[in-house]
Amino acid sequence: MNKLIGQYPDATGHFGPYGGRFVGETLVSALLDVEAAWSSAKADPAFMADFRAMLRDYAGRPTPLDLAERLSDTLGGARLWLKREDCTHTGAHKINNVVGQGLLARRMGKRRVIAETGAGQHGVATATIAARFGFDCKVFMGAEDVRRQAPNVRRMELLGAQVIPVTSGTATLKDAMNEALRYWSGTSADTFYVIGTVSGPHPYPEMVRDFQRVIGDEARAQMLEKTGKLPDLLVACVGGGSNAMGLFYPFLDDPCEMLGAEAAGDGLDTPRHAASIIGGSPGELHGALTYLLQSDEGQIHEAWSISAGLDYPGVGPEHALLHDLKRVRYEGVTDREALDAFQALCRHEGIIPALESAHALAAAMREAKKRQKDQNILVNLSGRGDKDLDHVLAWLKEHPGQNSEVRSQESE
Amino acid sequence: MNRITATFQKLAAAHKKALVGYLTAGDPNPETSFDILRAAVTSGLDILELGVPFSDPTADGPVIQEASQRALRAGMTLTKTLEMAVRLRAESDIPIMLFGYYNPLFKYGLDRIAKAAHAAGVDGLLVVDLPPEEAGPLKTALQGTDIQIVFLVAPTTRPDRVKKIAAETGGFLYLVTKAGTTGEGGLDYEAIRQHAAEVKAVSPLPVCLGFGIRNGDDAAKLAPMADGIIVGSTLCNVVGQAPWAPDLPERMAAKIQDLRAGLDRS
Repeated sequence: MNKLIGQYPDATGHFGPYGGRFVGETLVSALLDVEAAWSSAKADPAFMADFRAMLRDYAGRPTPLDLAERLSDTLGGARLWLKREDCTHTGAHKINNVVGQGLLARRMGKRRVIAETGAGQHGVATATIAARFGFDCKVFMGAEDVRRQAPNVRRMELLGAQVIPVTSGTATLKDAMNEALRYWSGTSADTFYVIGTVSGPHPYPEMVRDFQRVIGDEARAQMLEKTGKLPDLLVACVGGGSNAMGLFYPFLDDPCEMLGAEAAGDGLDTPRHAASIIGGSPGELHGALTYLLQSDEGQIHEAWSISAGLDYPGVGPEHALLHDLKRVRYEGVTDREALDAFQALCRHEGIIPALESAHALAAAMREAKKRQKDQNILVNLSGRGDKDLDHVLAWLKEHPGQNSEVRSQESE
Repeated sequence: MNRITATFQKLAAAHKKALVGYLTAGDPNPETSFDILRAAVTSGLDILELGVPFSDPTADGPVIQEASQRALRAGMTLTKTLEMAVRLRAESDIPIMLFGYYNPLFKYGLDRIAKAAHAAGVDGLLVVDLPPEEAGPLKTALQGTDIQIVFLVAPTTRPDRVKKIAAETGGFLYLVTKAGTTGEGGLDYEAIRQHAAEVKAVSPLPVCLGFGIRNGDDAAKLAPMADGIIVGSTLCNVVGQAPWAPDLPERMAAKIQDLRAGLDRS
């Protein structure tokens, strides 16, 4: 196998045919500045030491690696190991990235940070770090999402951030990112754009991956320590794909299978899904060439998933490459499958997962049943599900009788 | 000779400045849009930027965003934009540039768009989110046509990069007059004068100023600083203020005549 770690992106920010820096000229200088600052920061032992210390003391790392024994026994196949990103401060892997970008913004002398957010998780994480560092903070959020995610809006405001409702286009996450890019193009002199996932223009896909790889680095050592070997399969959900890149990256040159779970919404045979790789085609959005949900004429479609964090019509360019190289297998998980997995984890392990993470779990449960008990599956439990309770309860009310598959097996 | 190059030569010989106008194809609907374009090219425009509507125009302010949305809702596509260019070319020799974002071109196919644009009599392409570093594949596709790619320089572009972009651009160099997105107003004339002088000093091609120009008076103030001005939002606003108005072509003609008069008295 060719070595993948350290090979991508190339010097111009491309992951094979994907990635790059497709932005208006006004933003090119801002991105060159971020790239230069990031190059110098990652080579600076003091910066990286600050990053590690803050992940430990503020974010609560390392996160545990936890064997889901009762769930694995019930499924009757491979062992499921959970990387517990839900245990971090703010309750999801998003904190790793914002700690890194916050430190970089401080190093660059910026006084304001901006972010886009869908469900509000990345917005809350950015507001959190802004409060910690004393930055002014503006979060762009689709007007529709502002309405649906009221608790997260209040959380951001409590943390001192200004939430800006975006009414342009479809008033969802992609439009929030459009608006953040527009705002940044007028303010880049004193403003740092904290992108929430491994997409966007170079150097963001690489930089966010490098801030998130702590997930995989920890999990790799923990698996070796607890099982004496590498896992047979890694599973993570993929929206933009930062928790998946964070988990997968340190294992790319290992003989481990990898599976990315994309949100299949109502099903891949319907227009209501968010599976950019398996249900989309190559194109350019928000600065990178990658897989997109789009029309034959290149207009971007709205994505749909019960999980707001997976509800994005694109995907990080490195995932596009890993798909083409067949290094990672991408599969769809429907809302229904995710809800089943959500309930199974609640009832068998006492863990309420984020709906995003429930997609990974559903794909992992599918695989576990097909595999022998001596196999180990490592699942990224990317976040906790408190934020999703209203949605989940409403969904269960609308879909009576949709008990989890695991429960029905138990009662047989 | 490429029509853009020929136009600048003719204007220079007459000691005139270029009026470059952007209009979103298909706004407010394909048929009315064609009548507006026809009025525009016969009312004093020197070069037409024919906007290909896109769902996610990240470099544009509200006016052009809304123009794109109106056109898309009316069923406008890149294919139909090309058809519009063909119809316009049959009536006029004005240089036509396709102006838009990369994804619709990429999805259409770069070789295919190069052939189709050439056949339609298109003279230039301006792709907002395609800096020179990413333009290699499009350039390759355009080989064998005389279609030029116009690049932009922004207030944030550093001097070494300005030189590089000036060497890469075709037809003319588009100098963005303010940071941020397209839209009317917010211009700092003294800063623009300085920047334009610096850019003109290193540019072998004509330099045109765009972003923020509202009317003939703005045009008159900016014209002496460069070889031409580019207006977009202020034209799209003619449609945006009253998309249902029966006399949109006449309103557009009046708007362009005001800009032309401003430019010519400078």
